[in-house]
Amino acid sequence: MDLAEELAAQQRSISVAEFFEKNKHLLGFDSPTRGIITTIKEAIDNSLDACEEAEVLPDIYVGIKRVDKDVYRIIVEDNGPGIIPKQVPYVFGKLLYGSRFHQIKQSRGQQGIGISAAVMYAQLTTGVPTVVISRTGHKSKAHRFEILIKTEQNEPQVLKDEEIDWDRMHGTRVEIEFKSTLAAKKKLIDYLRYTAVVNPHARIQADIDGEKYTYERAVEQAIVPPKAIAPHPHGIEFGQLKRMADTSKDKVKDFLINGFSRVGEKSADEILGIAKIKPDRKASGLTSDELKVLLDAMQTVQIPPPPASVCLSPIGEESIVQGIDKEYELDFVRSKTRKSQVFSGHPFIVEAAIGYGGKLDGDGPGQLLRFANRVPLLYQQGACVITEAVSGINWKLYNLSQQGLPMGPVLILVHVASTNVPFTSESKDAIAAIPEIQKEITLALQELGRELKNFISRRDKNRQVEERARAVCAILPDIAAKVSEIVEKPVPDVTPLEAQIMRKVVVKKRVNNETGKTEIVINNFTRNAVTLTLYCMSPDNAADSLVKPDFTDTIGDEFNIVWKINVEPESSWKTEFSGTAHSTVSVRGVEEKLLVVVDLAGI
Amino acid sequence: MRKEELDRLADTKLYDIADKWYNQMQNALIPFISLPTRTKHNIEYDERSEVWKYGDRETLRNANNAKGATHLLKMAYVVWFIRQQLRENRSSTLREMYYISEGWKRAKFGAQDESNHLIEDLEIITELSREAFHLRPEEDGASVYGPLRIKENTRRGEKVLHCQEDVGESGYSIPNNIENVDFVEHDAKFVIAMETGGMYARLMENGFDEEYNAILVHLKGQPARATRRFLHRINDELKLPVVVFTDGDPWSYRIYASVAYGSIKAAHMSETLATPSAQFIGVQPSDISHYNLPSDTLSEKDIEALKAELTDPRFDTDYWRREINLQLKLGLKSEQQAFAARGLDYVTKEYLPARLSELGVL
Repeated sequence: MDLAEELAAQQRSISVAEFFEKNKHLLGFDSPTRGIITTIKEAIDNSLDACEEAEVLPDIYVGIKRVDKDVYRIIVEDNGPGIIPKQVPYVFGKLLYGSRFHQIKQSRGQQGIGISAAVMYAQLTTGVPTVVISRTGHKSKAHRFEILIKTEQNEPQVLKDEEIDWDRMHGTRVEIEFKSTLAAKKKLIDYLRYTAVVNPHARIQADIDGEKYTYERAVEQAIVPPKAIAPHPHGIEFGQLKRMADTSKDKVKDFLINGFSRVGEKSADEILGIAKIKPDRKASGLTSDELKVLLDAMQTVQIPPPPASVCLSPIGEESIVQGIDKEYELDFVRSKTRKSQVFSGHPFIVEAAIGYGGKLDGDGPGQLLRFANRVPLLYQQGACVITEAVSGINWKLYNLSQQGLPMGPVLILVHVASTNVPFTSESKDAIAAIPEIQKEITLALQELGRELKNFISRRDKNRQVEERARAVCAILPDIAAKVSEIVEKPVPDVTPLEAQIMRKVVVKKRVNNETGKTEIVINNFTRNAVTLTLYCMSPDNAADSLVKPDFTDTIGDEFNIVWKINVEPESSWKTEFSGTAHSTVSVRGVEEKLLVVVDLAGI
Repeated sequence: MRKEELDRLADTKLYDIADKWYNQMQNALIPFISLPTRTKHNIEYDERSEVWKYGDRETLRNANNAKGATHLLKMAYVVWFIRQQLRENRSSTLREMYYISEGWKRAKFGAQDESNHLIEDLEIITELSREAFHLRPEEDGASVYGPLRIKENTRRGEKVLHCQEDVGESGYSIPNNIENVDFVEHDAKFVIAMETGGMYARLMENGFDEEYNAILVHLKGQPARATRRFLHRINDELKLPVVVFTDGDPWSYRIYASVAYGSIKAAHMSETLATPSAQFIGVQPSDISHYNLPSDTLSEKDIEALKAELTDPRFDTDYWRREINLQLKLGLKSEQQAFAARGLDYVTKEYLPARLSELGVL
């Protein structure tokens, strides 16, 4: 046999499933540790996307159970719309089966590889079929499937399909069992936390081999799902154009207007004029050469950017702040959602946030949280345009030290939302260095940096003021002691003096035996107005009080006299009434640490 | 005033300062004290006594900031220390008190200037002099040589001295506490106070004191309080005119000003320290060109000092404005010993007699 024939006998087509079986790293299954994270990530992405489409607030349960030495069972359950039984085998048992691949809108998953790759990974490592339970509503029963993938054909193999009772009204549960380790548990927890930050409308509960984590919902409003849009003339390649033209029944002008975003009569005429193609020709009748000319013409004509507000769903400044606030308790959080921009015809929006202080670690570099379409990016930080943009900023301008990343107790969040996030690889770990995206990230962070700088310098100033005040308070007792020694009298109480210096509210009561009156004075040394309620328990009824009480009653044989008072900053309030009997005062409405009540010695 | 009386007065006045603070604190007030502002912007000419005193501007020392609180604490310690000293009938020098403050922890003085300044503050508040606090300065008073007999009450008893016959060439040293000195008799027509020891020795060698019946006083630079008090008393009690002879530069004019008008630092004592009728002999800027004296060019600091004097109310007279502006124009200064260029006798035979008759002293 000729060598050529021999070789020919070995040549045969490869199924996608077989291809990915050999190239697991392309899908994020390159190591057993990463397998768990990738699986959970894909399952949660699907759950969040499904809930978003159904406009329900996501309630997601994640379970990881160790079933054998190095075998784990991963469970992800959601309250999404469910999957109709007919489709379940394909969604989980066929690679490259998906609803979003052909749509131009922001979504987490896209190609329909993720979860089925996990099913395949399970099959490869343990051979245990994946269990899927799904229910689409209260009218139908839940279906329970056991699924494998026929790798050679890339087709699902359903081992079992039964109707069962399920307490969930609607939703999907998937159980996948494969060889793995929990070595990357920290990374997994990071992933869940980051997901919670950018999905503050979701509640996520996790049970990681007995350890329970709950990420509570902070926003009680479901996301308005982005809608698919037609492709933009500037963001299309030849192959797609040809496919669209081939299947079109329209004349070429209508084909342009109906098939693309933002193309109207005027733009269509202009494109066809430049391409020198008659508008009434059938689109399907154009030759490849004519389509190439048409594609070039589409690029030269000025066309408004794609309608980003329709197809993109940014998290929003308020929700980002709420998301960060609930997961990290910080002293400062600000966020910025930039206006939508376009790269190569794809609309995108950059959002960023900076958090500072609180419980963040003050040593070492700050934390960088990267997101693409609300999905946390956990790996390949160094290869990502977000990292590049962050390192490219001179953070010293904003009072932070810097070694590539800014240093100290700082958290930086960057979210890139797009109809087509330009990942560096299919494992979707890093965003490619697109200049338009980098510029937007830089601008957003610089703006936030300026706000952070203001915060830090204001805080430093406040600290300085407080330190100075403390210095004075350390000296006052010495003065009191020395002065008392000279005049040979008991050492006076310096608490009210300290309160004044520390900017507190001081309430003083004193009995004046000369005038036969009891005086109450309130000094507000704080920088804010205070509203408080003053209670005075006294045997005297204070009927002639300079300031009329708002309320008086008797408790036992004493009067309980009540004033409701508002005192402006740096000012005081005073009353006096007849009576020199012993009385007590108390105050409500002022923070404990800002209040000093003193009973001065009588005159 | 008798010593016991003065001690009691000082004790009471110091107690009052502390008592005021005590009452402030008892009334929940942050302790404070107000003092006249002690800069040249707050000295005013007092028509009645013809000297410069502090004006109405006040500086508030308040314990609501760390600096003010520390200042008050130091003041409290000093008040306590002085009262202690008065009761035990002890005394100390300003420098000793500065060293004693080493043990006062937070109230410890950083430099002696600071403690001296604080004592001056207390003088102002109590309207007493530091001698009443049993505090004395470190430096000696100046030297005196001339036809004058004095009686000094020393720690070793009463001594009567004639300032020509009973002293050596360095003359009679004015004691710190000039109140212990009485003038017995004299045969003088005027007092001439000089900045430098060289000129003092020149006049003595040339017999100027005998020829003109002059009392020679060596100021030793910026005169100590005792020296100024001595000049004040000799002018006041013996009705002798006082003239001041210094170098011809801005710093020397300030020596004259503190003798004649009182110093800014001790403006609260002007009435007892200044000699308003004291006249300036020279070296005047106009002398530099008139006598063609050897001279140096003014340094930048000199020019700065001259300009500062133009805004000093004590120099706000036609005479000083004219002379200072002339000097700024010339850009030159001369020392009083520059007259030696014309022979060692020139200053006593020509310059001084001419100036003294110009001033109406001779």
